[in-house]
Amino acid sequence: MVSEKVIFDLLEGVFDPEVPVLTIVDLGIVRSVQYHEKQLIIEITPTYIGCPAMQTIEKDIESKLKSNGIQKFEIKTSIAPAWTTDWMSEKGKQKLKEYGIAPPQEELDKSVLFGEPLVVPCPKCNAKETKMVSQFGSTACKAHYQCKACQEPFDYFKCLR
Amino acid sequence: MTKKEALYQYLLRMGDDSLILGQRLSELCGHGPILEEDIATTNISLDLIGQATLLLEYAGELAAEPKTNDELAFLRIEKHYANTLLVEQPNGNFGDTMMRQFLFDAYRKPLLEHLMQSVDKRLAGIAEKALKETKYHLRHSSEWVIRLGDGTQESHSKVQASLESLYRYAHELFFENEVDEILLNEGIIPAAKTLFPLWEKTVTEVFEMATMSLPKNNWKFQGGREGRHSEHMGFLLAEMQYMQRTYPNMEW
Repeated sequence: MVSEKVIFDLLEGVFDPEVPVLTIVDLGIVRSVQYHEKQLIIEITPTYIGCPAMQTIEKDIESKLKSNGIQKFEIKTSIAPAWTTDWMSEKGKQKLKEYGIAPPQEELDKSVLFGEPLVVPCPKCNAKETKMVSQFGSTACKAHYQCKACQEPFDYFKCLR
Repeated sequence: MTKKEALYQYLLRMGDDSLILGQRLSELCGHGPILEEDIATTNISLDLIGQATLLLEYAGELAAEPKTNDELAFLRIEKHYANTLLVEQPNGNFGDTMMRQFLFDAYRKPLLEHLMQSVDKRLAGIAEKALKETKYHLRHSSEWVIRLGDGTQESHSKVQASLESLYRYAHELFFENEVDEILLNEGIIPAAKTLFPLWEKTVTEVFEMATMSLPKNNWKFQGGREGRHSEHMGFLLAEMQYMQRTYPNMEW
């Protein structure tokens, strides 16, 4: 029986199809790897409810494990507790920034309709003078920003909690 | 009516609201007024269809004869859909689309917040997940209503006209019958009288900022929750169900 740690390490090698610098472990998509009565169960959770990458992620996990000789396992999708950007690892946030995507920032409670404008530093030049172009970006988890200093448009990984 | 039958019906209502509004917004894919809004509306559509997937999956398990979420989404006849009349209304101009979205989001957010406390843990889990996205939807639609209402004379008169034509459908969001009575007593859902003041507060605040006024008439249309839909529904279903009707059981 392959240990849970070994499986987890293998999953560290499965990348998110939409943000290919992050592994599914960095993103916090892998919730648990456990044996239940000798049956290996891998529990994953979607970032956003309608995330179309989930099916690809399942297939990628399958091929990763099978190519490493692990044939018997089950992948379960759970939605509760709901995914939050707090589950993203620090290493993951750093990798995002290097890739050109601004990592999630501390945000105010959205129950306040119009709170203080959020400061999202530019991932390229670190300037704090940036503006939101659109609340929605290239994928469900991102918003679209532009830097006022270097003019570079960039994606911001939205804070979700 | 048993508790199980009531919950089935309630999940259909929520799932169909998400599904039909999601379908409507998806019509804007490649047709948004500007690129950012094209992306925004399709993102919201995706979230709503994701919610519908989970809600209809749960409903399907409770059905008298179990069904998959795809069967429920694509193979029912019109009078078996339980969405409100509001969400099936056509996209119209951009003001119409945003007004429809705003009236719905302002209701969905407090509904999901209350459902998180439901004694039905599965429904509470779906609500927790969906709430996070719905907050973004509400922020987006509110901002547009304010921008259009408090914008130019032309944008103001257009979005005011959107409100005049859509407001009559909003009250159906608070429709209640035996289904709600049963689930309310079980602690599964909140009462409409709890949700309505929260909705009213949001819309009043936003319309005030948008320098808009509520319609003077007090027309209230309903029927969708009981399967009596407007003339727009048939056309929407014809497009949405086309593939499954033409190629039964096809899969991606």
